[in-house]
This record gives sequence, structure tokens and C-alpha cells, in this order.
Amino acid sequence: MSFTWFHRLGSPPYVYALAQRLTPWLAWPAALLILAGLWGGLVLAPPDYQQGDGFRIIYVHAPSAWMSLMVYTTMAAAAAVGLIWRIKVAHAVAAACAPIGASFTVAALVTGSLWGQPMWGTYWQWDPRLTSELVLLFLYLGYMGLRAGIEDTQRADRASAVLAVVGVVNVPVIHYSVTWWNSLHQAPSVMRLAKPTMAASMLVPLLLMLAGFTLLFGALLLVRLRAEILARERANPWLKEALAR
Amino acid sequence: MSAPAVTSLANAGGTALAAEALPVTSLAAAGLALRRDLTLALRKPAQLIQPLTFFALVTMLFPLAISPQLSQLRQVAPGALWAAALLASLLALEFLFRDDSQDGTLEQYALSGKSLTALIFAKTLAHWLLTGVPLALMAPLAAIALGAPTAALPGIIAAVVLGSVSLSLVGSIGAALTLNIKRSSALLSLLTLPLSLPVLIFGARATQVAISGGSLIAPLELLGALAVLGVTLAPLAAAAAVRISLE
Repeated sequence: MSFTWFHRLGSPPYVYALAQRLTPWLAWPAALLILAGLWGGLVLAPPDYQQGDGFRIIYVHAPSAWMSLMVYTTMAAAAAVGLIWRIKVAHAVAAACAPIGASFTVAALVTGSLWGQPMWGTYWQWDPRLTSELVLLFLYLGYMGLRAGIEDTQRADRASAVLAVVGVVNVPVIHYSVTWWNSLHQAPSVMRLAKPTMAASMLVPLLLMLAGFTLLFGALLLVRLRAEILARERANPWLKEALAR
Repeated sequence: MSAPAVTSLANAGGTALAAEALPVTSLAAAGLALRRDLTLALRKPAQLIQPLTFFALVTMLFPLAISPQLSQLRQVAPGALWAAALLASLLALEFLFRDDSQDGTLEQYALSGKSLTALIFAKTLAHWLLTGVPLALMAPLAAIALGAPTAALPGIIAAVVLGSVSLSLVGSIGAALTLNIKRSSALLSLLTLPLSLPVLIFGARATQVAISGGSLIAPLELLGALAVLGVTLAPLAAAAAVRISLE
């Protein structure tokens, strides 16, 4: 079995072209899935018998919260790969992840607090999951701050990679220590091994949104990755050829 | 290890550590680095007192800002105590690597062929002995000023001793990452504070239990677990970060 395709993933020109080609294949399905999910969630799904129409914000909130964690995991994995095998492209992926993840985290926090006002009677509650999400935002900001603070790109890559890996070790510790307070948050109703507690008409749009957001992240990541590669390889001749084409 | 080796190490500002003449194991080198740091720090006691003064000052802010009534202060005492301790340890972190990075000692450590992890751990240990332990000794004073009963003091000392181990270790990673960055204090707190939250939570919890007179076993065990986790992993990360910062 040949592994040459794997080696090529370490080469900036190859990844640049690949990202360019793959972007529409992720972006269009993402748009379709999100539109279908929004239609299903905002129009087709019935109002909740307790929360009325207010529950519909879950169709943006839950996927955002899900993505905020997934992007951090992706970022830390890419950072670790870059740190261990010294692959420049992996560092570029990690760098491209951070602003996307921070945006998803902000989206999750804002939609959560908008939902909290009518449901809990307050915009903010020091509930474990909200607090963990806020800490996650600070981890993203710290990562981006460290990256911005170091001028040399290679040193910024490696230092921020150490931070991302340390963060990934700490996220569970932070989460479980924050869970010392009693949770006001709803128990998970989708990610259960037993039968989900949501009606199918509400659940299907949510799953569509989850898939759509995941593909959206992929598309955004590829666009940002190309921007990262452009900035890093700006002095290289291959880039001129690629852009002239 | 002979006494002249130790003094020459302290006097030469660290350049002696790479001496090939001495067959020094990594562990012995770490011991030397620890003694060197302690010796150097005790020659400049003013630097040691600064974080403690800062700790006392922050503690004083709470009665002024909230209320001078001890019954009210007792309720916020755990939080106030740990917020002050966290800020003081953050302030002290700036001294951890700064001098050694400026005079080249850290580079000598990295080039010495000894385990950099062991040397960085020794530096962190020295930092904890010089800031964490004094902080634990100051904590009872602050606790009494905030209305804690005398019976709570042993528990509070134990909690701060255990908690400050983790604070020093987590801080060593942040300090190592921000080594060669100008005006890095804001960045250092942005990196370190989120990672210190578990210590704050369990420490304040232990202090609360100590004040209300409950059993301290569970919260102290959790603080101890955090410290063990920190001792195991933090020196590795800090040493990797120092190497990157020296590149």
C-alpha cells in the first residue's frame, strides 16, 4: 500500500491547490444542510409544549456549542501533529482553526444567553456548562494572543502548539471542577446511547444543522488555511505560478 | 556534591553548570539549580516581599469594598483569599524565568546536556518555596482579618500549601511561553488564569469547609490530585516551552 498521498499533505503547494478544489464540495452541502435544517427547525417542527417557540434557538445554539469543542480538539490535534512531526501545514491548520472556534464559542454563548432570558429569567447564570464555555473562549483568546505576541512565525507556531496541547489536557479538569455547582442546564437530550428524548420532528432538523455546521467549519477552515498558506509562503516562487494560473 | 561547586555556580550566575569536569547527573544538577535559585533569591529579599505585600493589599480591598462587618466578610472570605492568592502568585511568576533568561542562564541549562525538564522543575520548586510557602504562612493572617475562626487556620494553611504547588506549576508553563515577549504581563495572565481555575475552585471550597468546620479530607484530596497532575505533566510542557522560546 502506498502512503505517498499522506506525504503530499505536508507540502504547502499541494495543500493549497487541494483546499481550493475541496472548498465548494464542503460549502455547498453545508449551505443546503443548514437551509434544510433551518426550514425544518423554524417552520416544520411543532412548538415545544413547555418552551413554546423559544426552544427553536437550539438549532443554532447546540451546533455552535458542539463546534466550539470540536474545533478546539481539531486545533489541538493539528498543533500536536505540527509539534511532533514538524509539519508546517499542520501548524497552519491550527492557526486557521482558532478564530473559527472562538466565533462558534461566542455564538454559543450569545444564543445561550438569549435563550436563558425567557426560560431561566436571566441572561446569565453561573451554570457549569456556561462557565466552561466561557473558559473555553478565554483559552481561544489566550491562544490567539500568544500567537499575535510572537513575531517569528515558526516560534509562534510551536509555542502556541504547546499551549493548545496543555489546554486540551486541562479542558476536562476545568469542566469537572466547574461542575461542583449544581447544574441548571438541561441534561443532554440528543447525545445519549439510549433513545433520544426529542421527538423526531424536532430531532431531525437538529441533526441536519449539526452536519451542516460541521461541513461549514470544514469549508471555513479550508478558506482560512489558504489565507494562512498565502501569508506564510508569500516569498516562494510556486505561489506566483499558482496565482498566475 | 562539593561545596565549592555550589558556590561557584551561585557566583557565576549559572555558567558553571555546563562544566564537563564534574560528572553530574541530571538529578544532582537539578539539586544544584535549586540551591542556586534559593541562594540568589535570598540575597534580594525585597523581590520576595513584593508578592506578599500585594497579597495583603488585595485582601484589604475586600473589607473596604464590601463591608467591615466580620459576619458578612466571613461569607466572602474563601473567595477573597483565593482571588488574592491567585493574583499574588501571578505577580510573582514574572520573576520565575526573567533574570535567568536575560543573563543567559537558561540557555546554559538547555545546552548543559542535563534533563531540561529536571532543571525547570527545580526552578519551579525554588519558586514555590520562595512564594507559595510564604503565601501559605500569610494566609492565616488574611483569613483572620476576613473573619475566619482560629479553628479553621490549619485547614487553610494546608489548602494554600497544596494549591500554591499547582499555581506555581501551571504558571511555569505560561511564564515559559511568554519568555521573550515584550510587555507580556497581560498575556501571561490571559494564559495562566483560565488554567488555574480548578485550583481556585477547590481551594476556595476547602477554605469554606474549613471555616464552617466540616471534614477537609475530600477538598484537600482534590487539591493534592491537582498538584500531582501538575508535578507529573507541567515540567515537561514548561521545558518544551523554554526550548521553543530560546530558539
